[in-house]
Amino acid sequence: MNLLYQSQRAMRAKREEAMRRGVIAVLDIGTFKIACLVLRFDETDITPGDGIGAMAGQAGFRVIGASTTRSRGVKFGEIDTVQETERAIRTAVQGAQKMAQTRVDHVIVALSGARPRSYGLDGEITLQTGSVEDGDIASVLAACDVPDIGHGREVLHAQPVNFSLDHRTGLSDPRGHVGSRLSVDMHLLTIEAGAIETLLHCVKRCDLDLAGLASAPYVSGISSLVEDEQELGAACIDMGGGSTSLSIFMKRHMIFADTVRMGGDHVTSDISHGLQIPMPHAERIKARFGGVMATGLDDREIIELQSETGDWHHDRRSVSRSELIGVMRPRIEEILEETRARLDAAGFDHLPSQRIVLTGGASLLPGLDGLASRILGNQVRLGRPLRVQGLPQSACGPAFSACVGLALFAAHPQDEWWDFETPADRYPARSVKRAVRWFRDNW
Amino acid sequence: MRPLIAHRGPVHARPVAEPARLHRDPAPSRLTYRVQRLWLTPLFRALLRVGLPSFAVIASLLWYATDEARVHALQDQVAEIRREIEDRPEFRINVLSIEGASPAVTEEVRATLALDLPISSFDIDLAALRNRVEALPPVASASVRNAGGGTLSVEITERVPALIWQSRTGTALIDAEGNFVADIAARPPTEPLPMIAGQDADLAVAEALALFEAARPLGERLRGLVRVGERRWDIVLRDGPRILLPAEAPRAALDRVLVLHDVQQILDRDLVRIDLRNPGQLTVQLTAPAMETLELQRAGLVPVGDERG
Repeated sequence: MNLLYQSQRAMRAKREEAMRRGVIAVLDIGTFKIACLVLRFDETDITPGDGIGAMAGQAGFRVIGASTTRSRGVKFGEIDTVQETERAIRTAVQGAQKMAQTRVDHVIVALSGARPRSYGLDGEITLQTGSVEDGDIASVLAACDVPDIGHGREVLHAQPVNFSLDHRTGLSDPRGHVGSRLSVDMHLLTIEAGAIETLLHCVKRCDLDLAGLASAPYVSGISSLVEDEQELGAACIDMGGGSTSLSIFMKRHMIFADTVRMGGDHVTSDISHGLQIPMPHAERIKARFGGVMATGLDDREIIELQSETGDWHHDRRSVSRSELIGVMRPRIEEILEETRARLDAAGFDHLPSQRIVLTGGASLLPGLDGLASRILGNQVRLGRPLRVQGLPQSACGPAFSACVGLALFAAHPQDEWWDFETPADRYPARSVKRAVRWFRDNW
Repeated sequence: MRPLIAHRGPVHARPVAEPARLHRDPAPSRLTYRVQRLWLTPLFRALLRVGLPSFAVIASLLWYATDEARVHALQDQVAEIRREIEDRPEFRINVLSIEGASPAVTEEVRATLALDLPISSFDIDLAALRNRVEALPPVASASVRNAGGGTLSVEITERVPALIWQSRTGTALIDAEGNFVADIAARPPTEPLPMIAGQDADLAVAEALALFEAARPLGERLRGLVRVGERRWDIVLRDGPRILLPAEAPRAALDRVLVLHDVQQILDRDLVRIDLRNPGQLTVQLTAPAMETLELQRAGLVPVGDERG
């Protein structure tokens, strides 16, 4: 756990350094595309006032460079072929740097895959003094008993979600309150360590410093859920290319995140299989003619199919749009049902608010909201990311919600476990032990 | 007969169609990527855009300056260009105009300046020329200026001769301040000038002029003044006694003599000199016949007061 502290703190320090320099890049490594934004942080911080809302913290920075490239070597939101991914990252970063006309050294990366797993922790301490101090928060966080997260897994987020003091609960900041027993609920998100190491390798090969890591469902929830949804409770479903990730927000904190390892690419491959056409063409007709609800008109809309097998009859076939929808729909339903199962497992039914926001590139499919409301419940809407300053029009769609959320995350990261000081009573014992061991080893 | 077995050439392998290369998306190579990042570094950019050119310029200048011959050649070239500009007709001086001087002095000034006309105005040192002209004896002051249009204008104020000074070395004209103007043979005065003589007489010209002013009643009888012992004056008359004036207050003494002359015609008397050097007493020296007559009178042989007529 100490190692985690150190590496996460090192990343925080790098983020601070980037803030001082004023330029930072955010990189969303997805299965379908890799997007890079270069952010410039200005001193002019607009304070909420007359006529100006809180602006969700997006006022402090400006996007000065944006670039997207087709992703390669990424599967299910995890890096599969390191060299290819590295080339793709280079392409994206170079394009964004060129647009920004500046060099970036620090990058914050979002990961969508790598099998995230959520844990709810709680800890409780008896307060020494009457009121809650900074040290007490660190102590109560340290008092959380960490579950066995399994071998080869790494903690990605560990966010205190709720503090309670005696009989009061729902405190977001207990400091200064008077009480005797302080307890905390914490959300811990772990992912596979191998994915992080591969990512680190790729980033290092691109001469960049990793200034932070975030989970893609978390950041896309930040950008596409509006404030009351974050406050009252909602689920954000980011339908990406290789994976569909979902996150549940409550009281402005993420309380659950999971990933379904199916996405838009599987729909494309179904089309490719079913209609016997190459993948690029399948992708194209999916984007152009795809849908989930067949109507009578769709029977008459004929789509020319193209393939290059050399067989004249095979290469010149055509299907109606309703046939295409018939190929696509079962897979979409499967994805949504799987998502439903994950939400149910997380206990989403018991939340006071049942809102669901669909975002991500695959949510652009026409008629998806209708299908989703049948499966997920009737409070479904399509979400688009928040508008941030300087973002080009081409990067405003729902496919970029993780990217924009990452920018917001870079500007205003949430307090995590490692942002609090280690309680003093745990630290010296180990360091003394280490010093003794060092002496024994060396003398 | 043609061979029955057909000779086949070497069997050429059919070009095997290359397997369609896996399509790879374009991506910058690591080198390109690094170079671009380097280029986007502000410090590096500044260094390359400002530092490198200035370094190249300075280095080439230094390299050029290390070879003396090249520097000399450059200097010669610069000098030649300068020469060419200076020699342009716009800067040339063709005419020397000298104003305010008599013809003799004009010639003298022209000879002194010794300008080899035409000459470039850059080669003329006006202050030095002025000093040279003012060093000439007959010139009181001069102004030298480039009047434009290729003319060098010299305006001269001449010294005015006030006295004739006769000394052991010769007879010269001097002005009212005692400065040498010219030799009397070189410039014979157009009007009669009072005359002085004696060593260092030119140092007391002001006193001499005052005495001449006071002695105006003597008119034509006044021959001149003689400086004696570098301290006092003698008045020499054409027909009459020599008046020895004192060093102190000579003018008062002269006035006294003139008063005596008005009353008693002392200057018409038979005297060799009137000595006023002792302010307390006036001494006269009689001529030899007068002395004889005086002795006869004292002896009573000749009646007193006849000589007046």
